[in-house]
Amino acid sequence: MKNTHIEKDSGAGKSSASGGGIKQFYAFVKKEFFHIWRDKRTLFILLGIPITQIIIFGFALTNEVKNSKIAIVDLSKDYASRQLIQKISASKYFDYDQRLYAYNEIDPAFKKGKIKMVVVIPQQFGNDLQHINSAKIQLICDGSDPNVATTLATYANAVILDYQMSINQQQKLPYRIESEIRMMYNPELKGAYSFVPGVMALILMLTCAMMTSIAIVKEKEMGTMEVILVSPLQPFGVVVAKAVPYMLLSMVNVMTILLLSVFVLDVPISGNLSLLIAESLLFTITSLALGLLISSVTDSQQVAMLVSLMGMFLPTVVFSGYMFPVENMPVPLQVLSNVVPSKWYYFIVKTIMIKGLGFSYVWKETLILIGMTILLFALSIKNFKTRLA
Amino acid sequence: MRTLFFLLQKEFRQIFRDPAILRIIFMLPTMQLIIIPMAADFEVKNINLAVADHDHSVYSQQLVQKITSSGYFKLIHYSSDYKEAFKEIESDKADIVMEIPVHFERDIVKDDASKLFLSINAVNGMKANLGGAYIQNIIQDFNNEIRVRLVQFPPIPPQTVISTTYSNWFNPFLNYKVFMVPAVLATLLTMVGAFLTALNIVKEKEIGTIEQINVTPIRKHHFILGKLIPFWVLGLVVMTVGLLIMRFVYQIHPVGSIFTIYFFAAIYLLAVLGLGLLVSTFADTQQQAMLISFFLMMIFILLGGLFTPIESMPSWVQKIVWLNPVSYFIEVVRMVILKGSGISDIRNHIFIILGFAVVLNGWAVFNYKKTS
Amino acid sequence: MFYGINAGPQQLTGMEKEKSHSVTGSKTGIINSGKVITAEKLTKRFGDFIAVDHISFEVSKGEIFGFLGANGAGKTTAMRMLCGLSIPSSGKATVAGFDVYHETEKIKKSIGYMSQKFSLYEDLTVRENIRFYGGIYGLSNKQIADKTQYLAEHLHLTSQQDTLVKSLPLGWKQKLAFSVAIVHDPAIVFLDEPTGGVDPVTRREFWELIYDASEHGITIFVTTHYMDEAEYCNRVSIMVDGRIEALDTPKQLKEKMDCASMDEVFLHLARKAVRGE
Repeated sequence: MKNTHIEKDSGAGKSSASGGGIKQFYAFVKKEFFHIWRDKRTLFILLGIPITQIIIFGFALTNEVKNSKIAIVDLSKDYASRQLIQKISASKYFDYDQRLYAYNEIDPAFKKGKIKMVVVIPQQFGNDLQHINSAKIQLICDGSDPNVATTLATYANAVILDYQMSINQQQKLPYRIESEIRMMYNPELKGAYSFVPGVMALILMLTCAMMTSIAIVKEKEMGTMEVILVSPLQPFGVVVAKAVPYMLLSMVNVMTILLLSVFVLDVPISGNLSLLIAESLLFTITSLALGLLISSVTDSQQVAMLVSLMGMFLPTVVFSGYMFPVENMPVPLQVLSNVVPSKWYYFIVKTIMIKGLGFSYVWKETLILIGMTILLFALSIKNFKTRLA
Repeated sequence: MRTLFFLLQKEFRQIFRDPAILRIIFMLPTMQLIIIPMAADFEVKNINLAVADHDHSVYSQQLVQKITSSGYFKLIHYSSDYKEAFKEIESDKADIVMEIPVHFERDIVKDDASKLFLSINAVNGMKANLGGAYIQNIIQDFNNEIRVRLVQFPPIPPQTVISTTYSNWFNPFLNYKVFMVPAVLATLLTMVGAFLTALNIVKEKEIGTIEQINVTPIRKHHFILGKLIPFWVLGLVVMTVGLLIMRFVYQIHPVGSIFTIYFFAAIYLLAVLGLGLLVSTFADTQQQAMLISFFLMMIFILLGGLFTPIESMPSWVQKIVWLNPVSYFIEVVRMVILKGSGISDIRNHIFIILGFAVVLNGWAVFNYKKTS
Repeated sequence: MFYGINAGPQQLTGMEKEKSHSVTGSKTGIINSGKVITAEKLTKRFGDFIAVDHISFEVSKGEIFGFLGANGAGKTTAMRMLCGLSIPSSGKATVAGFDVYHETEKIKKSIGYMSQKFSLYEDLTVRENIRFYGGIYGLSNKQIADKTQYLAEHLHLTSQQDTLVKSLPLGWKQKLAFSVAIVHDPAIVFLDEPTGGVDPVTRREFWELIYDASEHGITIFVTTHYMDEAEYCNRVSIMVDGRIEALDTPKQLKEKMDCASMDEVFLHLARKAVRGE
């Protein structure tokens, strides 16, 4: 381990022969392991978070719009309108919940909160269809959720078009352009593809950066830091010893996520598994460096947690691209997102795991991560040195 | 009663002396409310398009023009080399590759039909879906335009045509921020209410001051009230800060009454504080308290309807969501602020949240025993 | 107040004089024939493990009673029962005349408590801590103000009344914690290892406060690791493996066991221990 060969600090008086150093280091790591192992609640949650997230994302969350409650105002009340209503309620996208009788009932219905769209069938609907071959339908959407509104309108349009075609029963229109579509990398449009890499980034951040920083700060808070600093083990060795169990925990989590994603979510690992693991290891070290930096500037656990949340979590969730599309963000935010290490890791994982591409496509990003890691380590060492001096 | 007064005095003093807490009250909402709605724009736009045009005809170029002028698509590559265009998808620069075959124009006119090939990067399912839908809509539109030019339709169309008019209420510009801000506010309040309370109580546990309280004549309910009241007040302060940001930064003017919001928030805070209290009875260290709160928050937020609609979730998940207080608050906040719902509209929500408050606080009180 | 800083343990045994029954003006209930604490076969079981094994003893008003024992011997558990923090498994006990099973709330009103961790609020000032605890124990505003002034002078903290407790040196914190523990003039004050981490001089200053309180009729129930402090007590009990193996004045114990110091007495008894760290 290179740690025992780092130049001696003025604080830690005792030197250690390399052999003794490794033994002590090992003992320290074991002690840290016991700490974590004994805290079953924390352990349980750290292991449980990725599993829960995967289950939620995999089975519960979907951007697909379906079962939306809608209301219909039928001002025509004839055969044609009833047919249309039947078609609409048969659609899996809609849950025909309410029948409204007048225009002024629409607003209160929306206000009650359940209805997302109202279809208004005008008077003389059937008549118009028969005599002038055209009619108008009004779609009123609750624009609170713009995407749902747009999607519902699109679906409603499709149903109405369907109905229109069933009336016509005509042959095909002339002069057609047909498009043939191929969905790549994710033919079934599963949401899982974009979030599994995100969950990986998140859990690595959580376990490595946050937990490690808290563990180190806790020693500071409890006052046991001094005890450690005068131990034969170099301060840096101590810090690394604290980090090792969390690193291992993270790798366990990564493996869990990959296994779950392959066997439970049916999201295959299209690319090179060893490359993926290597990159994950790299990111683990990056997170550690980040955690180190945080612990070097905070004195209390509460603050460490706060800083972790603000400085790591939020950016990871927001800027990595796994929850929100980065390209939609205002430009300054997009620029900011480049500073967040998770963004690069997310890209790397996506490219390797989902797209199945090789190192040649991610070497730039890997280099950036390595650079960030070195920078973070340098900063933290500098901070630690100034505090110990 | 006097005991409570002294307790509250001490609590408030401690809270205002704690720099971390003050940062949380003001910085956290500000940052979250400013960054998240700006970042959380799910509207699908800026779809990058790479075109491999083998035809170079008037029609093909008109089609590309139409697509790019729609505002949804950005043309980032135009060539006649499919391989080059396809590389753009691989390197994540393009979302869609459209290949226009040779004789595109000729085939439409002569053979009555022509084909287009679209390859869509489906890693982001939603984007692929909507992007595909948009581009197909445009192509259809273009198709109709050509047809109209080539054929003359009589005044009464030979086929029945139903047209739809479409209007959006409450959010005429389909601004996503309008949707996100109220929900972020709800999440914020939950975090402050549950998280802070849990951490605060567990800190006392860790330091040992709880033992000291146990041994005094301070009764269970005094202690709990002494913890709940300050954070309840704090929660309302955060709410106010949030509402101010909403009003002045985002120009969102609540359609409904502010009083309704505060009323519901006051009750909601009781429930959420109860949750924090409950968590504190399960945690021995601040670290544990934080992790447990984080874990719960994560589940609540994900399943709360903040990002994805609850109706789309499988029914077994929806049943779980009934137990999620955050979902009710998000719904109420959106309803009142965007649609102007009133107290009678949210009556059910109020009762449910009251129920939560009673259950959570009761459970916590039951757990928290002074005498072992 | 009568003992100078240079007083050695021998001189302090002058404490063993008759205590007068002074009026303390505290809120105690019926004092059972002058005995402030009575315990009869008090037991606490955790499953199969008997932490406190049928201990019996009595403490008189104004006494300084040392409760000694190795770690794991059951001291803390016993004390928790007496403070109303834990319900005994069997046996009887009264504190300030109140029953430990059914009148824990009344007990809490009548006792003071100072734990190892001191538990003063570090982020509150001296004045604010006094105000809080005073208020909790039902002192009126005037009483609180008076007490604050008295304590400030007595402990030489007048200039630091508005300093945060966390900036006080450890010795001051201990003294303040003790004073706050008796702010309401309780019948008994329980001290759980109160003098950890300070030098002997500071410890002796602390014990001066204890004598002072004892003079005023407050009974002191103290657990400690420091055997020299055992010498300062009127009587001492030593717990081993959950049972009381010795209960007498320090002088008698030393004579009976033919030891020169309490240290030796303790070692002699503790060697028999099965439990411990």
